[in-house]
Amino acid sequence: MIEVKPNGGNTEFFHINVPMDRVMIGAPEQRVALPVGLEWPTHPRFDGIRAELFKVRNSKDVVVGVASRVAASTDELDDVIEWVLHLPARGSVYLSMHPDAMDGGFRIGELCAGTREFKRLRGSVTERWIADPTASGDTVAGRIELKTEFVGIGEDQ
Amino acid sequence: MMKYVISLIVGAVVGGVLLVLALYLNPLTSQNKLSPLSVTDNEVIRLYYSAVAQDSLIYTNDGESQVAPHPVKVLQLWEPTIRLTSAMVTVLLDSRDQVAGLGIKFSSESERTNILESAAIANSVWHVYLPGRGSLFVEQTENYWDYIRDIVVPAYRSSGDSWRGTWHGNMTSGPGALGTARVVGGSGDFAGIETDGVEALSAKAYSVELGPVAMDGELLIEIPRSDAVDDAGFN
Repeated sequence: MIEVKPNGGNTEFFHINVPMDRVMIGAPEQRVALPVGLEWPTHPRFDGIRAELFKVRNSKDVVVGVASRVAASTDELDDVIEWVLHLPARGSVYLSMHPDAMDGGFRIGELCAGTREFKRLRGSVTERWIADPTASGDTVAGRIELKTEFVGIGEDQ
Repeated sequence: MMKYVISLIVGAVVGGVLLVLALYLNPLTSQNKLSPLSVTDNEVIRLYYSAVAQDSLIYTNDGESQVAPHPVKVLQLWEPTIRLTSAMVTVLLDSRDQVAGLGIKFSSESERTNILESAAIANSVWHVYLPGRGSLFVEQTENYWDYIRDIVVPAYRSSGDSWRGTWHGNMTSGPGALGTARVVGGSGDFAGIETDGVEALSAKAYSVELGPVAMDGELLIEIPRSDAVDDAGFN
């Protein structure tokens, strides 16, 4: 569902059901490999890097694409949290998040680049983790919600 | 009457064969094997990876394509909207064969594929993180026509169902005017830059059953000089 704003921009909600939509978790000293058989590099250059792959759903809970999330915390550079959403029918977006979470547990970021349908857009994104209260034991379950608010370049000037 | 029907059928068959041969052998459709970045004065980052799925950290697709997902139990992209998409996560090496960082590639078959135009197009993006340097996003259209013509078709025609040889080609065909990819920097040294890139493949062996058996990929990214960035007013 795409909500069109008065300034010509639009708001869209995407989400990821965890753990169902998680394709990969790559991180140093990961207790359980995902997928089974993944041999994540032990090279020192991968210290502090966590990479994840997901399937992405729209607000109707339909899978519409795939996404990567890279979080890096190293001594050499500022902390990085980035998303790439690849929606085959529409294009891709490259999102850079603020490393620190805001009050309320969400994180904000901005659109760095887009392709095809998203090419001439700019705007912001919000990332939020919503835990599933019914999950039991050590199971991490819930959903990652991504809310994008994009507007055409120059349209709201 | 019968001889006209036979002539029509034979003519149609011969015409079809000639059309296929013309499309297959058309020398005018060969892609430039020389990288557009080979003449630049700027720094060019060269990143290498194995294009063999079994060598990647993970490779996944719809699970029914020629190249099998790796590892075997990786989640497959079977949903209709992503069935023509593949995802690969790989270690990127520098020109000294040292670990340079992490590369994630998403690739989807494009509706712009057109046999009559010798275009087997894929839309792909890379999400690259190089520790100590920063992150990059690479957007490109790739044309696999030469790859299919020079490697895949000969492999199917071979009695051994395989191809061996030496082949190198630039896969990137756009969106840049010179057939370059669009590269956007996200963090670190690369924050805010917008530049060009090219992806190339070097193949040595291909199997009808397994897909690429010995194949390396190369991602070249031009890094503008800082004074050029100043001149352009980005700083």
